[in-house]
Amino acid sequence: MTSTPMPAPTPSNPVAPAGQAPTDDGLQTGNLTQPGTRTGETMIAIDNVSKWYGDFQVLTNCTTSVAKGEVVVVCGPSGSGKSTLIKTVNALEPFQKGQITVAGTKVLDKSTNLPKLRSRVGMVFQHFELFPHLTITDNLTIAQRKVLKRGSEDAKKRGLDLLARVGLSAHAHKFPGQLSGGQQQRVAIARALAMNPVVMLFDEPTSALDPEMVGEVLDVMVELAKEGMTMMVVTHEMGFARKVADRVIFMDRGEIVEDAHKDDFFGKPRSERAQTFLSKILQH
Amino acid sequence: MNYNWNWGIFFEPSPEGTGTYADMLLSGLLWTIATALCSWVIAFCLGSVIGVLRTLPNKAANAVGTAYVELFRNIPLLVQMFLWYFVLPEVLPQAWGNWLKQLPNAPFYTGVVCLGFFTASRVAEQVRAGIQSLPRGQRMAGTAMGFTVAQTYRYVLLPNAYRIILPPLTSEFLNNLKNTSVALTIGLLELTARARSMQEFSFQVFEAFTAATLLYVFINLIVITAASFIERSVAIPGQR
Ligand SMILES: Nc1ncnc2c1ncn2[C@@H]1O[C@H](COP(=O)(O)OP(=O)(O)OP(=O)(O)O)[C@@H](O)[C@H]1O
Ligand SMILES: [Mg+2]
Repeated sequence: MTSTPMPAPTPSNPVAPAGQAPTDDGLQTGNLTQPGTRTGETMIAIDNVSKWYGDFQVLTNCTTSVAKGEVVVVCGPSGSGKSTLIKTVNALEPFQKGQITVAGTKVLDKSTNLPKLRSRVGMVFQHFELFPHLTITDNLTIAQRKVLKRGSEDAKKRGLDLLARVGLSAHAHKFPGQLSGGQQQRVAIARALAMNPVVMLFDEPTSALDPEMVGEVLDVMVELAKEGMTMMVVTHEMGFARKVADRVIFMDRGEIVEDAHKDDFFGKPRSERAQTFLSKILQH
Repeated sequence: MNYNWNWGIFFEPSPEGTGTYADMLLSGLLWTIATALCSWVIAFCLGSVIGVLRTLPNKAANAVGTAYVELFRNIPLLVQMFLWYFVLPEVLPQAWGNWLKQLPNAPFYTGVVCLGFFTASRVAEQVRAGIQSLPRGQRMAGTAMGFTVAQTYRYVLLPNAYRIILPPLTSEFLNNLKNTSVALTIGLLELTARARSMQEFSFQVFEAFTAATLLYVFINLIVITAASFIERSVAIPGQR
């Protein structure tokens, strides 16, 4: 801690003073992001995307879009291409046909600076993927410093602010292996947010977690959604979808079978495949 | 067996006239250590590059890496020594060849380069294995954060891969150290060569090679101790 006076904690800037580090129990309320206003501006446009692994077609003419501030949940049976689709958004998975535009930047364009684009698209993985050799603080700051070229003090301040907001200030000096799965995933979310992303992508963020840890991660995500973050979330947590999703996309065999407003989707999906899927998943 | 044991031989002057037999062995030991360290620097740096090439998402890079490893791993070290020392100066343009031949300490430089290139192929395999053993998601996470390929290797993949391969790298280091003795064939006066000349001058074969053996064991023990120290100091808390 430096000797500069800490800013007074306000609801919108809940920087915990030293000694009053928030506990793990509750998510600190406060803005995780600059609140987005739903202006109808398109943040992600997925236009007729197809992808093949050799002869095997994983994605077939997928078209959808995510507006600024919108939360879109992607669900579907295992192997239906959900992970593949979400990873095409920041070009972690290349695709052969179609186009994806993120905040006005074309993903499949030779002149696009992909690292720069990716630095503004937050991604949260099923298995957290924190960097195991770095402390939590370094995990939160390394990309800010090396990619966004922020000074270490600024990066650290932003990282620790976000760590406080996911309720893990007390763990700043630890290594990922010393945290529980739920805690690691919350750090992973904070790490993505540290880059001031315009969009957050989640690929089954809670499916590798023990059941008792799912809630703490979903709480962070709900908070984020309420603050207006644009989110695309692959998940089978239908409770989360009900609570915060604007739209639900249902995929099967590489196709977007259903792309509907949340209420319509849960009310009565149009396709039989989605109905079957829903009845299965809602049974337990 | 009719053998004249003489453990005092080490303190008798060697016929080279520059000191005792013990001095002779120690100077051999120093050349062994110098050759091992210098060649390891080449092996580690070059091997890391080659190993990384084999893991890049680029077919040409993979091919270069694979070709290197297969070439240097599959030719016997002894043959490589001869190629570097006797053949290379002849196939190079004459001026370069002559320059090589008149180099003072040519066996040392040649031995260092030859061993470095040979061991690099083995280091490369370890580096490749280390990188490939990391969860696929690590590379993705680095990429998704906006790291370039180089940054992903520098900040994410390599720090973890090196930690994983520390034990096999230690044994490659020890192999490299022992392989320095092959350089005696091109005239490097390292420890084994010195033990051999001591035996030829004094006929005390057992004393000479006992001493050499003990000295090799002694440095190996130092290396192992150092390696386990390094291993402990880079260990990541909380990692199994
Ligand atoms: N590298 C690859 N090579 C070949 N086929 C692949 C590869 N990666 C994925 N696939 C196939 O692509 C299809 C879609 O995979 P994807 O991981 O996107 O599914 P998913 O909907 O995320 O499934 P899950 O719910 O199990 O995560 C699957 O049939 C899978 O077997
Ligand atoms: Mg998946």
